[in-house]
Amino acid sequence: MAKKTPKIEGFTWTVEDVNLINETETWGEILVALGQDDPRLVALTADLGNSTQLERFKRAFPQRFFNVGVAEQNLMAVAAGMAAMELVPVVCTYATFAVLRAAEFVRTDLAYGGRNVKIVGTLAGVAFGQGGPTHHSVADIALMRAIPEMVVLAPSDGTELGCALRAAIAHQGPVYLRTGRGIEPPLGGRDDPFVIGKARTLRPGDDLTVIACGPPVHEALRAAERAARQGISVRVINMASLKPLDTAVVVSAARETGHIITVEDHNVIGGLGTAVADVIAGHGLRCSFRKLGHQDRFLVMGIPEDLMSLGGFDEDAVFAAICDAVGMTPVLESEWSDDP
Amino acid sequence: MGSDSPTTTASGPLTEPQAQALRRLAHQIRRQILQIVYESGSGHVGAALSQADLLLALYERYLRVDARDPERLDRDRFVLSKGHGGLGLVPILAHRGFISQAEIKGFGETGNALGMHLDHRRVPGVEASTGSLGHGLGVALGMALGAQQRGIDNRTYCLLSDGECYEGSTWEAALAAPALKAGALTAIVDRNHLTMDGFTEQEVPLEPLADKWRAFGWRVFCCDGHDFGEICGAFDAALSAASERPAVIIATTVKGKGVPFMEQQAKWHYGALDSQMYGVALDALSDAARD
Repeated sequence: MAKKTPKIEGFTWTVEDVNLINETETWGEILVALGQDDPRLVALTADLGNSTQLERFKRAFPQRFFNVGVAEQNLMAVAAGMAAMELVPVVCTYATFAVLRAAEFVRTDLAYGGRNVKIVGTLAGVAFGQGGPTHHSVADIALMRAIPEMVVLAPSDGTELGCALRAAIAHQGPVYLRTGRGIEPPLGGRDDPFVIGKARTLRPGDDLTVIACGPPVHEALRAAERAARQGISVRVINMASLKPLDTAVVVSAARETGHIITVEDHNVIGGLGTAVADVIAGHGLRCSFRKLGHQDRFLVMGIPEDLMSLGGFDEDAVFAAICDAVGMTPVLESEWSDDP
Repeated sequence: MGSDSPTTTASGPLTEPQAQALRRLAHQIRRQILQIVYESGSGHVGAALSQADLLLALYERYLRVDARDPERLDRDRFVLSKGHGGLGLVPILAHRGFISQAEIKGFGETGNALGMHLDHRRVPGVEASTGSLGHGLGVALGMALGAQQRGIDNRTYCLLSDGECYEGSTWEAALAAPALKAGALTAIVDRNHLTMDGFTEQEVPLEPLADKWRAFGWRVFCCDGHDFGEICGAFDAALSAASERPAVIIATTVKGKGVPFMEQQAKWHYGALDSQMYGVALDALSDAARD
C-alpha cells in the first residue's frame, strides 16, 4: 500500500491533513497489532473513524469496530457496557468531545463504574487549530485528572502513543490518552517500554529543568538546544504520565536545578503545571517556577504553530522563560517567516 | 421472603394462580419498600412503588440470573437506568438471594453498600452504577452488543423512568440500538407521568411516546404496569419473536402505587414516613391486597 506523506514542514497544515494522519501514524498500526494479540479488543467511535485512524482497525477487524453516530455520551455508555461483558473497548474521538461533551458519562459509567475502557482523545490542545476554540481542547487534562481512578497520559508522538496504548491496555481500569496532531516528529529513544507513572528525562541538565507533555516536548527540546548554545544547561523531562505523576523526578529537578518551567498545550489551570506545582508545594521545595501554556483565555482560529506562539508555549516562549529564570537576556535566533 | 427461592421462568402465558402468586409477592415487596423508607428515614418511595410490579415480573419470570453464581458470564443483564429506583430493587435482590435481609437493615447508613443509588461494585446482582439519569440505556446497549460480540446467548433488559425520556442521551442510545441490531435488548419504560416537579404532559409533553420509540426503529409493546397479565403479555410478545430490532415495553403505572396518599403525588417522588403515616400506608396496602 502506497503511503501518503503529509507535508509537515512549514505552515501547510489544513483540515485535510487529519485524514493523511491515517497513513502515517504508527499508533493505528499498533492498535491493529494489539487487536491481533487480544481478541477482547474492540474499537468505538462517534463518526470520527476516518479522522482518528480507527479505519485501520476497522479494515482489519470489521466485526470489532462500532460507530455509534455523532453521539459522544452514548459512545462512552456503550463502551462501559461492552467492558462489562469483559471486552476491552478503545474509544476514539476528538479530545474536546470525548472529555467535555461526554464528561459525566466518563465519570459515571467508566470511572465510577470501574470499567476497563481506554479513551483516545485526538487533536488535543490547539492541534485542530483552524477549528477554533470549539475544537481546541484545553481543559481535558484538568477534568480527567479530577476524576477518581482515571489514569491520564499525554504522549508526544505517534510511537509513544502506541507504546502508551499498550501500557494502557495492560492496565486494568479506565485510561485517558490525549494526542496531538499525530504528525509530530519522533522523539527518539522510543523503544523504551512506556511505564505509567514514570517520566522520561530526554536531556540531562543542571541549571534548569523544563517539564513538558505532548507536542510541547518538541518545543522544549529545541529551546534547550538554544539555551545550550548560550551556555545554559537545561534538563528536559517528558511527563507523558500526568496521573499518576512521577513525583520523584520533580523533586530531583527542583533540588538539583533550582528552576522548573512547565510547558503544556492546555490551560495553566489544572494541567501539567498545576500537577507539578502540587509536588513542589507538597514537598516544600525551594525552586523558581514558571507555567507556560494557555493563560486562561480563548485563543482564535489558526494554524497550530501560530497558536502555540500566540499562547506563549512555543520554542521562543520556552527559551525566553529559561533566560528569564536564570537572569539572562534572551537572544532570539529565529525569526518567524512565511517563506516555506 | 426466602433467600433460596427457585428461579421461575416463563413457559406459556401467565396463569391465574401464577398471577395471584405474583400479586402476593408484590404486596410483600411493597411492604418492605415502606419499611426501608420508615426505618432509614427517607427514600424515593413513589418511584419504587410504581416500578414494583414490572421489576417483579422481570425477576420472577424472565431474567436468568443466579445468586449462587452472580458473575456467570452468560447470565442475562438488567440495568436499572432509573437509579433512584434502587430502593425498589433492594427487596427483590434480597428475595432472589443476592443480598441478605440483615444488610437491608443498614440501608442508607454511611458506608453501607445499600442506599439511594446502588453501586455495582459493591452490591451483587447490580450490573451498573446508576443514579444520574439517561445513562442506563447506552450501557445496556453496550452489554447487548458485547454479548453478541462474544457469542453469548442472553438478553439485556433496562428499566427507564419516563423522566429519562427527556435526556438527550436516552435518544442517542435509542437511535443507535436498532442500527446496531441489538435485538436482544429490551427496554421497559415506567410511564408514571410524574417527574419531581409535576406531570410530564403539563411540563414538556412526552406524548406520543410510543410513536417516538417506533419512529426510532423499536418494536413497541404497551401495557398496564400493574396488571401482571398485561405485563407478562407484553414481555412474552416482546421476547417471543427473534428480531434484530430491540423492543421497548411502555408500561403505564401509578407513582406511589398501593398507598393512596402517595398515588400520583409529585411530592412523594421522595419522602419520609413518620410512624403514623407508616401505619396508614401499611393498612392501605393490606386493604388493597384483600380486594
